[in-house]
Parts: sequence; structure tokens; C-alpha cells
Amino acid sequence: MHPVLKTVLQRLGLGLVTLFLVSAIIFASIELLPGDFGEAVLGQAATEETVAAFRAELGLDTPAPLRYVEWIGAVLQGDLGTSFSGRNASGVDRSRPVADLIGPRLGNTLFLAAFAAVISVPLALILGITAALWRNSLYDRAVNAATLTTISLPEFFVAYLLILLLGTLFPILPSLANVTPDMPLLERIERTALPALTLTLVIVAHMMRMTRAAIINLLAQPYIEMAILKGASPRTVILKHALPNAWAPIATVIAFNLAYLVVGVVVVEVVFVYPGVGQLMVDAVTTRDIPVVQACALIFAATYILLNLIADIVGIVTNPRLLHPR
Amino acid sequence: MTDRIAPTPEAAALSDPAVSVVGDARVPKTWRGRAWTTLRSAPPTAVFGMLVIAVYVVTAVFAPLLAPYGEAAVFPTPFDAWSSEHPLGTDQIGRDVMSRLIYGARNTMGIALATTVLSFLIGGGLGLWAVIAQGWTDQILSRVVDVLMAIPALIFALMLLSIFGSSVLSLILIIAVLDSTRVFRLTRAVGMGVVVMDYVEAARLRGEGLGWIMRREILPNIAPPLVAEFGLRFSFVFLTIAALSFLGLGIQPPLADWGSMVRDGASMIQFAPYDLRMGLTPFVPAGAIALLTVAVNFVVDWLLHRASGLKE
Repeated sequence: MHPVLKTVLQRLGLGLVTLFLVSAIIFASIELLPGDFGEAVLGQAATEETVAAFRAELGLDTPAPLRYVEWIGAVLQGDLGTSFSGRNASGVDRSRPVADLIGPRLGNTLFLAAFAAVISVPLALILGITAALWRNSLYDRAVNAATLTTISLPEFFVAYLLILLLGTLFPILPSLANVTPDMPLLERIERTALPALTLTLVIVAHMMRMTRAAIINLLAQPYIEMAILKGASPRTVILKHALPNAWAPIATVIAFNLAYLVVGVVVVEVVFVYPGVGQLMVDAVTTRDIPVVQACALIFAATYILLNLIADIVGIVTNPRLLHPR
Repeated sequence: MTDRIAPTPEAAALSDPAVSVVGDARVPKTWRGRAWTTLRSAPPTAVFGMLVIAVYVVTAVFAPLLAPYGEAAVFPTPFDAWSSEHPLGTDQIGRDVMSRLIYGARNTMGIALATTVLSFLIGGGLGLWAVIAQGWTDQILSRVVDVLMAIPALIFALMLLSIFGSSVLSLILIIAVLDSTRVFRLTRAVGMGVVVMDYVEAARLRGEGLGWIMRREILPNIAPPLVAEFGLRFSFVFLTIAALSFLGLGIQPPLADWGSMVRDGASMIQFAPYDLRMGLTPFVPAGAIALLTVAVNFVVDWLLHRASGLKE
């Protein structure tokens, strides 16, 4: 078997095992719930019968491994269970399926993340590569100082600063990102502009610094010096010697920061009241709506693991040493 | 703090090669003397960082003396403007923002510090155990940590908070356990280099117990990178707790804390066009969070630089 294919398959296998273990942890978290949980959800006035019926519906009377298999099977078919909210003591059940709650919001979150990524990835790569090529220049130092400042600011600080400047003092952009499904694309972009800008500022700094470090590290390699010494043009050095080895670190940088975006999106969605999965998760944590929290955690964790997996695989399939084995 | 222009006697002595050999006798022997010599060699950024941290610690310790009013004292006017009576105005239910800011230093930093210490006890202890025991113990611990680190910390923390509920105790325990994974990785990585040394083998042959080898042979030799990591982990934990409190899931009222103060004050931003100072109110606690993070990072940079043995 080709060594590249073998390594990729190994990495895919490891990713699947991680995904399985993480889903098991998320599932097992419900086991840690205190015993009086039924009363907590249904209210103090719940009769013993209602609580018992609720526990039976959750399946708390069957063994955990069996329930895990049922749960993960349902998740794979798109059934994420039923929300806890909407139930009450008298046994009336107005709860909604979790998939219905998450579905429209997932699209919104993906739109926001994609919007931020489309601006920040090219920007960070250009800034990082140019800063590395002209390192220690005035330009490099200015970019470094600017990114160091944004790195140390918490997300909500950046968000409110943008609201203050662009939302209230100079009202250019709307500071509430209340998008609706039937909104035309242009208006949607305008409403999402401030949250996307916040996310961009937060991750461009990380991404630019990591790109710069990776490129500087690469340019310090002996084979680059060799290429320069043998008289290759700067263009050839960059395109033929540096770039093939740069794909792996750049892919890692991008995936790592997109994964960071997954977490950053939670705080930013809350600041701008953006109807996304992050906001839903925070609301569900407040009301202790466990099925919704589990589904959101599963989505976030799976995205995070997949992005890291993609980065690793891009790193493997572009590695010249693996592609041309001796 | 330090006078960096005038050459100190030590510096003058070291510049002369002959004196520098003999001059070893001038290196202070006491712990306090050595610490002072080290502090005087700190770069300006690290000095700034240490000064900021010192101010924060003093504020936190003497909060009841410094604060003009109590942490939860309520005044009749909510959203009062900045005045001599209330230097930073009052919040949405009429509590003095300045007093809450000062008490917030105590709560926010105290909880973050307790969490970081706990995370080091868990992560460092397990890391050392993995290093000394090796074999299966090491394999199992490392794989468990790998899986835990595959879930983003904030998401994991949110999930656990929904199960255990938001109280200060569960906040400290949850973040400490999640953060200890990174401490474990570092302790294990650094410790692996030390555990193969002859003096550890000698201690083992001498018949010393696990506790002795951990504390007396390995810990002193891995301390410098761990101290620097302590600073990094503290600022990470501090930011995570601030973010959770901002989301309304961390430190709960009536305890004052900076994350929730930002959230509570956020609605004042809309007053900015009419009264700029009032619109800036939420930025005071947010700035306090950012300034501490910057200060800790400056000091950590310096410590890492020293620990790596690099000279300027």
C-alpha cells in the first residue's frame, strides 16, 4: 500500500475512535445527574407517577451501554431527542424535538463562521507571509504590535468596542444581529457584519502570528539556504522549495483557528443576540435542558475534531517526504 | 522599580573578565538576595507586568478598605451618571460600580487562582505519577487526556455546568479538571527528561518512596517551566471564568465579578452619544480583565526566556 494512503487511513481511524469516545463522554454526562432530577425539570408539584413516567421515557431504567447504542443510532439518523423545556408537573407535554430547535440555527452559525473565515483566512495569510518575508521591518513590527493588542482582549471586549464605535458613536452598522430566514442576502450580510468583524479581529491575530512563525521556521531550513546559494531566483525558491513544505503548517494554522472560531462563536452570538447554536446552548445551560446541551456539545466537538482531522490529512498528503519515498 | 541607566556594582564587576571569575563570591547567598538580583535584571515589560499584578493583588486583599460602599449595597438611582459620589456611576439596580469593581478583583482573581492551584495539583500530581510509574499507568492517563482535550474547553465546561448547576464550587472543580489536562501534558513531557537521570535512579536504589522521588528529586528540576506555565494557565482560566460569567453561567450575583459586570453594563453603551463617560462604563471591568491578561503574559514571557537559558 502507498505509504501516504496508509498514514491517511490510520489518521482517519484514530479520528473515528476519538469521535466515538467523545460522543460516549457526552452521553455519559447524563449519568452524573443528581437523583432528584425529575422533580427539577417537572417542577416541585410533580406527582410521583409523572416523575416515574419521565424517568422511563429517558430510559433511566435500562442499562447505560444499551441506551448509548440507541442514542447514537438515533443521532446518526438525525433524531437528537426531545427537549426538556415545555414539560410541566401535570404531565402535559409541549416539548419540541431538539433537531427542530437546532436545524435553522445551525445554518445561521455556519453562515456567521463562513463569513468570518472568508475575510480572516486570506487576510491572515497575506499579513503573516509578508511579515515573515520582511521580518524585523517597520511593517512587521507594526503588524505584530497590532495583533498582540487584539490577542490580549477578550472576545466580548472587542465586540462591545465595535458596537460603541460602529454601532452607537458612528452608527454605520446595526448592533443587533437579529437575522430571519426570509431575509435577502444583502441585508443578512449587513446584519451579520459586526459579529463577523469581531470574530475576524479575534482570530486574524492568532492566525497571522502562527503563519509568520511557521514561514520563518521554514525559511531557516538548510535546503532553502542551499537553493538561494545555488542561484535560484526568489520566485523559484518560494514556489518550488518553500511552498510544497508550507502547505502542512498553513493547513494546521487555518484548521486550528477555524476550530477556535467554533468556541469564539458562542460568546459573540450572545453579545449580538444572533440566533445561532451557541446562543441556544447558553440558553439551554441556563435552563438545564440537557438533551439540547448534549446535541450542541456534540455538534461543536464533532466540528472541532473534523477540522483538526482535515488539517492533519492535508499535512500528510502534501508532505513531499511522504509523496516521494526513496 | 529598578534604575536601569546607572551601572550597578554587580554589572561593573561582571564587565571585567578577571573580576567576573573571582566575583562569584559576590553572588548573594541568601534566597532573598538572589531574588532581588533576578528582579533587577527584569526587562521593562516584565517590570510593568509585575507592578500591575501587585496593584491588582493589593486591591483584592484590601478590597473592604478601598471600596467606598459595600459589594451589594443598593442606591435609589439605577444607571446613575459618573459623579463624585459614585465615581463610575451605578448599575442597573443601583449598586456602586466602583465598589463592585474593587470587590470584583477579589472574587474574579481569587476564584481563578484557586482553580489554577487545584488544576496544578491534579495535573502535576498525575503527570509526575505517569512519569515515575511509566508503562500502563502512563498509557491510560495519556489516552484519557487526549480524548478530554479533543473537546473544546468552553463547550465541555458549558455541558458540565448544565449538569452540576452554576455554583462557585462546581465552577472551580470543572475548570480545574479540564485545565489540568494541559498541566498533565507539560509535566509529563518535562518530567520524562528528568526521570532518566542517574540521581533519580540512585534515589530509587536507595529505597526512597514514590512521594520522596516526586518531591525531592523530580519537582525541583522541572519547576522553572511549570512556574511559567502557571502564569499562562492562570490567564487562560481567568479568561474562561470571565467568559462564563459574562454568559451568566459563572460567578453568580450578589458576588461582584468583572465578567458579569460587563454584561450588566452593556446596555449603557447606547447612552454613549449623549454621555460618553457613561457609555464607557462596561469597558472599565472589560479593560481590567484585558490589562491583567497582558501583565501576566509579559511576566510569563520573561520567565520563559529565563527558563530556556537564553541570554539577551
